[in-house]
Amino acid sequence: MLKLRQALGLAAVLAVFAALLGYFTYRPSYVHFTDDQALIKISFTLGGKRLGKCIRRTRAQLQKLPPHMRKVLICPRERHPVHVEVLVDNQPRYQATVNAAGLSKDGSSKFYHGLVVAPGKHLIVARLVDSGRKTGFDFEIEKAFELTARQHLIIDFQRDRGGFIFR
Amino acid sequence: MNGLRRALRAGFSPFEAGLDRLVGPAWNPLNHLGALGFFFYWIVAVSGIYLYIFFDTGTTSAYLSVEYMTNKQWYAAGVMRSLHRYASDALVLFMVIHMAREFSLDRYRGARWFTWVTGVPIIWLVFAAGITGYWMVWDKLAHYVALITTQWFDWLPIFSESIARNFINPDFIDNRFFTLLVFMHIILPLILLAVLWVHLQRVSRPRINPPRGLAIGVFAMFLALSFIQPAVSQGPADLAKVPGTLKLDWFYLAFYPLFDIWSSGTLWGLAGVLTILIIALPFMPPMKRLAVAKVDLENCNGCTRCLDDCPFAAITMAPRSDGRHYAREAVVDPSLCVSCGICAGACPTATPFRDRSKELVSGIELPNLPIAGLRERVEALSAKLGGEARVIVFGCDQGTRADSVAGDGVATISLPCIGMLPPAFIDYILSRRLAEGVVLSGCGEGECYFRFGIEWTEARLAGERNPRLRKRVPRERIARVWAGRGGNRTLSRALATFRAGLPPFADNAPSTEEGPPEAPRVYEKAKSDA
Repeated sequence: MLKLRQALGLAAVLAVFAALLGYFTYRPSYVHFTDDQALIKISFTLGGKRLGKCIRRTRAQLQKLPPHMRKVLICPRERHPVHVEVLVDNQPRYQATVNAAGLSKDGSSKFYHGLVVAPGKHLIVARLVDSGRKTGFDFEIEKAFELTARQHLIIDFQRDRGGFIFR
Repeated sequence: MNGLRRALRAGFSPFEAGLDRLVGPAWNPLNHLGALGFFFYWIVAVSGIYLYIFFDTGTTSAYLSVEYMTNKQWYAAGVMRSLHRYASDALVLFMVIHMAREFSLDRYRGARWFTWVTGVPIIWLVFAAGITGYWMVWDKLAHYVALITTQWFDWLPIFSESIARNFINPDFIDNRFFTLLVFMHIILPLILLAVLWVHLQRVSRPRINPPRGLAIGVFAMFLALSFIQPAVSQGPADLAKVPGTLKLDWFYLAFYPLFDIWSSGTLWGLAGVLTILIIALPFMPPMKRLAVAKVDLENCNGCTRCLDDCPFAAITMAPRSDGRHYAREAVVDPSLCVSCGICAGACPTATPFRDRSKELVSGIELPNLPIAGLRERVEALSAKLGGEARVIVFGCDQGTRADSVAGDGVATISLPCIGMLPPAFIDYILSRRLAEGVVLSGCGEGECYFRFGIEWTEARLAGERNPRLRKRVPRERIARVWAGRGGNRTLSRALATFRAGLPPFADNAPSTEEGPPEAPRVYEKAKSDA
């Protein structure tokens, strides 16, 4: 009798436990991004141009070096920081200068940033400086997009493909 | 810290008492949190192996294979998926409750620091294993989890390229990524199992299996839930869209909405501070250590009873160092000893009947509570007891406060753990008529602070474990009240009932070999009568 009572008690406890598990495994819903929003994401990694010019060693200089160190072109390691600006509908929405990664500042500059906009037509301008120049931009693109709800528009950059790429 | 502990204890107590009444201490899930955690782990492991057979690695095939399992093979793989899901959720829930309850019971400091600290990587591993599992389904929730998790990791200055970038455009993700995920989802639970093994290294006789009835009930519950609400996907991941409204699994992903409020750096800081805080808890402040058990080689014959009964593997047997003819001797590791005195309760030499002309020292005992002192105390208290139905109540420092029932005809002695009381003392008290009855009280049944105090005491009284209570001892003169902390009222009521039924000693009454039926046990746990 006691066992039966305990078994019924256990069934009741487990029913509550099941309700708890069943509810919180799917509920309440969470709204991460609403349908009245779209996202422009600046996402790329780019190594800025090197700070100094490469130096070509003369034959005499090379002869003085051990065989395994006879590298003809000597380039400085440090790179320029990369500066990026993004304008949406002529309004500046993003502006950042990212130093090259690494202790010697010889790595890439990493960009990953989202801009929330309303769905619809937008004029997007992206500009970039990777040479340390003080005026003007090394790369610039301007393009209009019709963004749908929750669309993910990527602003990518690949130097070997001409610069900015929208995806 | 004491305030937080008390608040948590106050929160747990009514649940513990209620569950004890409803299902009994043996099936009370709160008494088996760790063992149930293991049980959930095995359900997850077995169901996961079955799911792995049908899982495909690939940006489209991963989702399609999971859909096949859920819809076409709903009766087997679909059920397995649901079991996998619900047992994982339950694992998180029980892990958190287990941690909070051990903290509330002050079972995380002193010699227990190691078990507590090794529990911290378990938390990380359980979450990591679970989150990689959500990722594998490659539905909208998986996309969300992938984005948020990688954005979080991107904050660390160890990645030259953004990992999150892989999940913002269909062109960026590679099929081989799923191979890596499968590897992670297998290796993490295996590492978890290894850490669980380490977690239990300083616990002797760890209970890693729940009682059969409870296990069957829990499994049936998972099975029923799997049919009532099968685990399903939330539509294929669409990397061209930002994940919108999601049905989060709040057991694993409750922290994820914080990423929409705080930066990754802040959340790394929070996670780091929380981790360090949990690790540091046993040392803030460290538990005041009582003097650890001491072996007296003159009285130790190497019988291994203390080794068998020690709840924290603090005793080992070593070759004899004093040249006596016994093969081994007990050795106490001070870093593991929690000074519970259970070893003294187990020692065959810890008997008050020993020759009074010699000093009473047992083979192993607590220096600040020697067996000789206990005998003196029992005798002194008995001498002061007057009236009828005199009772000596033995309590434990961690359970019901024995002194709360001290009064006319009732003397009380509190021990570090009730398991410290050698059964010979009960025999001594009753045979020498130092009291008409003996009451043993302590922690709540199933929640002994020193793990085995109640269990060993019950077994010794039942004659199932050494040192056994002699058959001649009249069982109706012994009562056990396992009411737990704050169970003063329960103890008081049980004591009054017990005393009312205690007959006086008959003059020259012969002692019985078998003894009459034993007095009923009371294991009603305290509600709020502290």
